[in-house]
Amino acid sequence: MSTFAFPPSIKSRPVWGSFEPQSGSAYLFVADAEGAEAILDLAKVAPALMASAHIIYIPKGTDFETALRALNPAQLYVGPSYAASLPRLRKTLEDAKMGLQVYLSGSEGLMGQAMREAAEAGIPHAAIQTEHRGSVARRMQCVHCKGITEDVAVDPFVCSHCGLNLFVRDHYSRRLAAYQGVCIDAEAPGCVPEPKGIYE
Amino acid sequence: MSGAEKIAVKVTEIVPVNDLVTRFRFERVDGGALPTFSGGAHTVVEMQDGEITRLNPYSLMSDPMDPSAYTISVRRDDKGRGGSLFMHQKVQVGDEMTISYPVNLFPLDLRAKKHLFLAGGIGITPFLAQIKQLERLGGHWELHYACRTPALGSYVDELTAHHPNETHVYYDDQDQAIDLKNLLDGQPLGTHVYVCGPKGMIDWVRSTAQAEGWPREMVHYEEFLAPQPGKPFEVKLAVSNKVIAVGEHESLLEAIERAGVDAPYLCRGGACGQCETDVIDYAGKFIHRDHWLEEEQQASGKKIMPCVSRFEGRTLVLDR
Ligand code: FES
Repeated sequence: MSTFAFPPSIKSRPVWGSFEPQSGSAYLFVADAEGAEAILDLAKVAPALMASAHIIYIPKGTDFETALRALNPAQLYVGPSYAASLPRLRKTLEDAKMGLQVYLSGSEGLMGQAMREAAEAGIPHAAIQTEHRGSVARRMQCVHCKGITEDVAVDPFVCSHCGLNLFVRDHYSRRLAAYQGVCIDAEAPGCVPEPKGIYE
Repeated sequence: MSGAEKIAVKVTEIVPVNDLVTRFRFERVDGGALPTFSGGAHTVVEMQDGEITRLNPYSLMSDPMDPSAYTISVRRDDKGRGGSLFMHQKVQVGDEMTISYPVNLFPLDLRAKKHLFLAGGIGITPFLAQIKQLERLGGHWELHYACRTPALGSYVDELTAHHPNETHVYYDDQDQAIDLKNLLDGQPLGTHVYVCGPKGMIDWVRSTAQAEGWPREMVHYEEFLAPQPGKPFEVKLAVSNKVIAVGEHESLLEAIERAGVDAPYLCRGGACGQCETDVIDYAGKFIHRDHWLEEEQQASGKKIMPCVSRFEGRTLVLDR
């Protein structure tokens, strides 16, 4: 199963939802990896949506493309990375009309970044549907050098930019679409606990 | 003292706009600057009508950045409780009055890519201030304004003269109506819709927008409810230990104030939530008229908004 029950946390931490059918004139899905399963599940309860759906999908090595294609969406784009899909996402939002419903599913990093684009295009974040599926790794910003490290699965971790040992916090920035990583051994350099899974 | 801070003003101009609407201009008694405000704000005007003190909210329609004066437009309501008739018949140039600081329950969402304004009748007034604000900011807007007849189309000439491309006027007597579904369909992503007018119009816009997939956060509305007359009833105020009688033509809030009990309020029109009051005990039925409480809250018998809602029955005990 690709779902995970996140433990309750501070207010800053995003709370992801689960897809609900919603009336609208067009549907934009952005998903990565197991995020495809959320789309497949929604299509079971609301198959009619697919005729006006545009799916932007980043498989990350998973194999859901055939299943998504079988839904017969109006458009299906399968790309190698979020960065590669970004021009398409931006153009779609730029040309979109009111009535468009946005659905984001998959990893937190993907949903956060796509949500930032949709919010910049004028959709209030509360009106964007989300569903977490698959990896619980996070997109982290080092608060010291501001560098972003993608897909962080362990805590603490080493900043991929400046090399500091960072503690994974639940403080989240919608503007950066990232959680904060803070130096864990500033007072006692080298005194770093053994890294383990974020939720272990 | 409850409500927003007060300002002592003088009426410096009264202009009849048409058969039903009159415009009033207020300047500070001390000659100082009024606070600037944001488009959509209202002021609560205090009217000393003999024994009765009326407090009625009116949208500010002047330029929000102009501190020299505020203007409001009042539509005469011959069947109302008398506030608008007092303004039309008793208030004279030179009179001193008390108004509240501006309070905005209908602000622009400045994240909007475009502002779509829908006005019905006197509901045009908040948009007049918002349009001035957006013109200053270079905002993107469009107005669809429904009036009964050309003769009753307040400010239509001014709007069409200054903003011919943005202003669209519809006259009921010429069977013109806003083609709402088509208007909403095709608006660019990031458009916010604002509606001010009669209740039927607000309900129509809200339900059509919802059916077209517009998020709740992008649909804004303002309707000041005037308290309606109703059967007199008795209320026990538990905290102040008083039993008061609410007359046929006064609101519960007004009766509480008349008894010398300080009760919170801001809009006096069922919109802001400030006056929310806990019910301790009751036997009878509530006549909820506010836009604030959720349906379940209204049904729970635990809350009442005294500015617009009433009660019929034997016992009502409030936590006030
Ligand atoms: S005073 Fe605003 S809801 Fe009653």
